Amino acid sequence: MKARITVTLKNGVLDPQGKAIEAALGSFGLGGIGGVRQGKVFDIELHGSDKDAAEATLRQACDKLLANTVVEDYAIEIA
Amino acid sequence: MRAAVVVFPGSNREADVARALRLAGADVVKVWHTETALPAGTDLAVLPGGFSYGDYLRCGAIAGRAAAMDAVRAHAARGGLVLGICNGFQILCESGLLPGVLMRNVNRRFICHRQLLRVERADTRFTSAYAKDQVIDVCVAHGEGNYFADPDTIARIEGEGRVAFRYCDASGVLTVDANRNGSLNSIAGIYSERLNVLGLMPHPENFVEDLVGGTDGRGLFASLAA
Repeated sequence: MKARITVTLKNGVLDPQGKAIEAALGSFGLGGIGGVRQGKVFDIELHGSDKDAAEATLRQACDKLLANTVVEDYAIEIA
Repeated sequence: MRAAVVVFPGSNREADVARALRLAGADVVKVWHTETALPAGTDLAVLPGGFSYGDYLRCGAIAGRAAAMDAVRAHAARGGLVLGICNGFQILCESGLLPGVLMRNVNRRFICHRQLLRVERADTRFTSAYAKDQVIDVCVAHGEGNYFADPDTIARIEGEGRVAFRYCDASGVLTVDANRNGSLNSIAGIYSERLNVLGLMPHPENFVEDLVGGTDGRGLFASLAA
């Protein structure tokens, strides 16, 4: 199985990198972009085929290391 | 005073902090991050500045889960002293020894300059050689020093008198200009609940010799060695 974990900043947490990217996109003259928030994606290979067990493992991975839950949220997708 | 400086791959200020501690009279040993215990008789564990693990994932995130950090956590739980400077502060936040997180500087730049700090209290093991509200001249050098925590946590830290240092101007006033990384409440350093763990972004170890421009950092090491 494969999983994708997406880590994003919580609402209200300042994102200077996202702001810089937003400003750069604006400098290309691209219209219609209202805001940019930068996040991270982790693609993970999983052994076994038990989805529930995999999700439990990935939650631990996020809580222990992949996300800092003071400022970040995460989402887990298992394919 | 016996100090153990924990070194991670990418730490680069361990020699400076060891030197500052020795100048103050401490015995200093270095401990590699894979060690599972601190040397017997360790009074103070130090997490030095640098770029542990190249700042991969988040600053201090991987170092915060190193084997030696379990030993540092146990040391802190026994009431032992812990000092984290710059990357060491980031590691303390990531390891759960201190609340909050150090975010990217608000101006998006790596800042590297002399920095004035206001000493918020002089009744701790880290600051007894200073006076309350004294303004000290040290240095900062970081890209992620923007202290952030949720409003409840900030209220708790403030209410418990756990702010150690704040960025200020020459009169000790907290101005926006003095707070160049954008930290909430101009926070430059905080204590743990029992005041035995201190994390701060600025580098007091840079200023312990007249030769390099200042000696205001000495007070922190003198306090610890007293």
